[in-house]
Amino acid sequence: PKMSLSGQPTLIRTHNQAARSPGSPSVNCPALAKAGIPTVAIYSDADSASRHVLLSDEAVRVGPTPPSQSYLNAEAILDAARATGATAIHPGYGFLSENHAFAGACRERGIAFVGPPAEAIRLMGDKAESKKLMRAAGVPVVPGYEGNEQSADGLEEAAAKIGFPLLVKAVMGGGGKGMKLVSHQSEFKDALTSAQREAREAFGDERVILERFITSPRHIEVQVFCDAHGNAVHLFERDCSIQRRHQKVLEEAPATNISEKVRATLGQTAVQAAQAVGYVNAGTVEFIMDKATQEFYFMEMNTRLQVEHPVTEWLCGIDLVEWQLRAAAGESLPASQEDIQAKGHMIEARLYAEVPHQEFLPGTGRVLRWRLPPDAIQYAIPSGPSGVRVDSGIQEGDEVGVNYDPLIAKVIAGGETRPDACSTLCKALEELQVCGLPTNLAFLQRALGHREFADGNLDTGFIDRHKEELLAPRRHPPKMLALAAVARHKLASALNSLSSPALHPWDTPDYRRLNHIEEQAFGFKVPGGGEETVRIKFVSENVYEARVDPPSGSPLVVTEASLDSDGRFTAKVGSVPVAADVFSFTKSRKEVMHVWSEIGNADLEWDRPGHRAEAGGVSEVGTGQILAPMPGKIVKVPVEAGQKVEAGQALVVLEAMKMNHTMHAPAPGVVGPVLVRPGRQVEEGQVLLSILAANEGSEEEGARDEAA
Amino acid sequence: RCSVPRGGMESLSSLARGEALGACGADPWSEDFEDSVRATENLLEALRREVGAAMDGGGPAAVERHRRRGKWLPRERIAKLLDPGAPFLELSQLAGRELYGEEDVPCGGIVTGLGAVHGRPVAVVANDATVKGGTYYPITVKKHLRLQEVAEACGLPCVYFVDSGGANLPRQADVFPDRDHFGRIFYNQARMSAAGIPQLAVVAGSCTAGGAYVPAMADETVIIRGNGTIFLGGPPLVRAATGEEVSAEELGGAEVHTGTSGVADHLAEDEAHAVQIARNILANIDGRREAIAGPPPAFEEPLFPAEQLRGVVPRDAKRPWDVRAVLTRVLDGSRFHEFKARYGRTLVTGFGAIHGHTVGVVANNGILFSESAVKGAHFVQLCGQRNIPLVFLQNIMGFMVGRRYEAGGIAKDGAKMVMAVANAAVPKFTVIIGGSFGAGNYGMCGRAYGPNLLFMWPNARISVMGGEQAAGVLSMVEDDKRRRAGAPWGPEERAAFERRIRERYDREGDAMYSTARLWDDGVIDPADTRWVLGLALAAAAGVPRRESRYGVFRM
Repeated sequence: PKMSLSGQPTLIRTHNQAARSPGSPSVNCPALAKAGIPTVAIYSDADSASRHVLLSDEAVRVGPTPPSQSYLNAEAILDAARATGATAIHPGYGFLSENHAFAGACRERGIAFVGPPAEAIRLMGDKAESKKLMRAAGVPVVPGYEGNEQSADGLEEAAAKIGFPLLVKAVMGGGGKGMKLVSHQSEFKDALTSAQREAREAFGDERVILERFITSPRHIEVQVFCDAHGNAVHLFERDCSIQRRHQKVLEEAPATNISEKVRATLGQTAVQAAQAVGYVNAGTVEFIMDKATQEFYFMEMNTRLQVEHPVTEWLCGIDLVEWQLRAAAGESLPASQEDIQAKGHMIEARLYAEVPHQEFLPGTGRVLRWRLPPDAIQYAIPSGPSGVRVDSGIQEGDEVGVNYDPLIAKVIAGGETRPDACSTLCKALEELQVCGLPTNLAFLQRALGHREFADGNLDTGFIDRHKEELLAPRRHPPKMLALAAVARHKLASALNSLSSPALHPWDTPDYRRLNHIEEQAFGFKVPGGGEETVRIKFVSENVYEARVDPPSGSPLVVTEASLDSDGRFTAKVGSVPVAADVFSFTKSRKEVMHVWSEIGNADLEWDRPGHRAEAGGVSEVGTGQILAPMPGKIVKVPVEAGQKVEAGQALVVLEAMKMNHTMHAPAPGVVGPVLVRPGRQVEEGQVLLSILAANEGSEEEGARDEAA
Repeated sequence: RCSVPRGGMESLSSLARGEALGACGADPWSEDFEDSVRATENLLEALRREVGAAMDGGGPAAVERHRRRGKWLPRERIAKLLDPGAPFLELSQLAGRELYGEEDVPCGGIVTGLGAVHGRPVAVVANDATVKGGTYYPITVKKHLRLQEVAEACGLPCVYFVDSGGANLPRQADVFPDRDHFGRIFYNQARMSAAGIPQLAVVAGSCTAGGAYVPAMADETVIIRGNGTIFLGGPPLVRAATGEEVSAEELGGAEVHTGTSGVADHLAEDEAHAVQIARNILANIDGRREAIAGPPPAFEEPLFPAEQLRGVVPRDAKRPWDVRAVLTRVLDGSRFHEFKARYGRTLVTGFGAIHGHTVGVVANNGILFSESAVKGAHFVQLCGQRNIPLVFLQNIMGFMVGRRYEAGGIAKDGAKMVMAVANAAVPKFTVIIGGSFGAGNYGMCGRAYGPNLLFMWPNARISVMGGEQAAGVLSMVEDDKRRRAGAPWGPEERAAFERRIRERYDREGDAMYSTARLWDDGVIDPADTRWVLGLALAAAAGVPRRESRYGVFRM
């Protein structure tokens, strides 16, 4: 399902002159869709019933779930194009969209590739070469040194010219290996030595480059568009500074706190950059900007349509996909630079299936609930600057696995001004209902609501800097908790009476008692930590007095509570009527309840009774089962059965979403049977191995000590 | 869902079981009525205060100690066992009140009552370990046995939350040897198990010596790791007897009993888990449920609000009033199909329904005469014949006395009623709404006649005769004695004597005094009468039909 959003390629059968209307939901083209241009979706096994498939006129299976065998399988895609008579391929984003060989292969077979020429892809794909090209073309690049002189003294001299702070980076570098930050010249030699050593060990090549380090960098990118007739325009810039794990989370256009002069220069520079490589079609030139000085430098160019293109579409009122298709068909740009006007302010929030509290690791699960904000439009450019657009391929019932990107939706809000857009987006996120799998929804809300975000004080360090605040357990107002507790009670009794209707009056679920009023405590866990206890007094039928621990003031009186079979909950708090949507489900050892209401939202959990026994053996004294924390592939098992291990010793290394996760021994002991081997795919919660208490040995030792 | 709103719904006549009654003389806007309400509310306030205090169990320190061990209080266990939000009809909340002088045994140290699990009524017993370590005082035993008796009569599965130190040793003579003492608990378990009434124990604390037989005699037993232990002799006794040093957990903990001895069947990790297992057990006890569940009966609410029941009994006990004022506020749709309305008018009999359950009502409306007694016997036989549960509303000063009445054979007519009541094999429920004096108590299904449940209103009084009458009788006897001895007393002395008698009868006839000794199953708010009877009728709805056989009616 997530495939739809990762922009898998779509085949297009054209007639007339234009290749049109890709059915990929991420790149929908309403204007041309109306013309009835047939589209062919391609899908892997995992996506056979996903939304982009259902929305297309035709669909072709290109292979099994792993991307390498399906969406990255160029031959299979080209075969599918031939078989269906498609004359164009929109590559979407991700996968093969920036693969110059694929673009070339399309052209060789006479299929229009909806994107730039293969050569432009290749040039911009080479990070070192593109920088050289840009510098030659007069595009500012981060001051640095990429020369052949690799002696320590020579490099130090070059460093002094660039200025500090600077980064020492391995030429072959990646993933931070062989990269050092140097604040002063005095530290340079030591840093260089260690960078070279790391580079040698990691890549067998100790060559380094030097680069000015921007202390508070902003990620500013410019949407450009070129046709094959030498016309090029820009569609203004986007600020994508709010990132986690080097992936964008919030993106907006136009960038805030930028002078008009800088804005104009940004646009011109981006066009210049595109033209320097003979670019055609949509592309994005990414710059790194010093927050303080607004100086900016070329970083790289994305030679495709980007995930966040809707903010620009909306800002300019231009259907970028339509433009892409026209450009691919050899048409001239439909508008000149003067025609392109920015209106309003748009912000996009990326909804990921992930666990913010666990380093934003991807999360998996079944989408049990998926409701869009009621006034949201989908895959279309709103007519005015105000409103909400949601692009998502998610449907209720979809299983979100680890095979593809965890992006599940893009929520885009617009307004006349930035604060308007911001509050509209906040409201839309409040109204969006998703459950069954962990998401960053609450995190997005927190980030949007942060004072510094409101002030436009943006840089790529924003999330790291405010992590604690953004991830602090959510405190819910007592009113919210009171409603949640009453709703939980209503839900529990409704579920119970469904399974076993009682004879009246045993079926009135209000804890009625003789000669006294029953009070029940409802404990809630808040994701990310924190617990809340709500004490409800069941005063009479449908009259509840709620107090949240620690109690203060008079209790909240909840009356007239009712819950219908669709989870619509209404009640009065005091004299104020409140309506909410309630959804609950069971997830492994927890009950999870979501409440969406006029007074806010809550995600709450509580333990299911008897969970420890269900876990099977973990409660056995001194033994521990090591479970897979998420689905993934076993990379390494550095221990074997019978081996003694210390607490904290690495037991299993699991790869999930391109990251390695190591599981450690919780206590000293002996490794029991090892149930997995490297290369094995495992599911979340699967037992990998167990650690047995090393009883006998230690007792013997103890006895000896005593004897001595 | 089964309550039908009134108002222009004459088509509901199909639901009607009789003519709708009016206010029956109880005028809620009258001064007298308001006066009664005030009096009742004062009594209720006192009652709730007492109940509230009793519910604190052994007090904050003991509760805190209990909680520190990860244990739940008895009512918490029960609330979690029962369906979410289900009512709990707690019995004898004030058992043990002022019963043992200095020693306070709130609620008799044990919580008992009826609740619903998976929609099915069950009987629950939970020791309160915060009260004297949950040890069994005589009243504790009595309360435990009474719950078993109710369960057996209604055919309700029993759940025992065991957390008790066993018999209270200093009082062993009053709890151990007799027929209705400690051993009777296990006898009952055995008999009920044989009768197909599921017996389920949750060992949430210690279960020592005789107490060990509660889980051991149960059909299925859950034991909680860490807190639950079962053994015939605890570690100190073992050490004394054999010198063996062993911890309680090793001797009789959850691991031992579920893994090695088989004394218990299910290992629970904690209280929540134990309750979950108990619910799972009860979900699987039998297929009989379907038979009793059926489609819920439709019914109408009474025409008058239940709260008015607090005002129907006049404060002045000598003022006559119409018991139909109670019926019209208790029966579905206020509808009552009266039987023999024009004969033996001091006893009101007839059919109605409560929460859709058909009932035969026997209610006092004055002193019992021969005609009323004969009519009562007739009606009770009718209900026995038709398998209709009986509801007795007691407000009886007694049978009529005097030469004419004795000559008319009032004793044999009273006996007919007693014979009928004793043998009608249908569920019986008694509510004492006023007085319960003398032989009237017998004919109206008093405690000795085995009603499935018996409740009192807070204004109710119970004794062999009224204080006034007793004072009169006793002072006459005393007067005769003194005369014979040649030492007559003065009027002041006689008045003081009579006052003492009256005071004693007043005290001992009080509902609070009664309920502390388990002469009833609890004191209820008059406004709860319909609800309580509804719960009770539903709880007894699964009792299989039995043939009523009567002895010799003296004609």
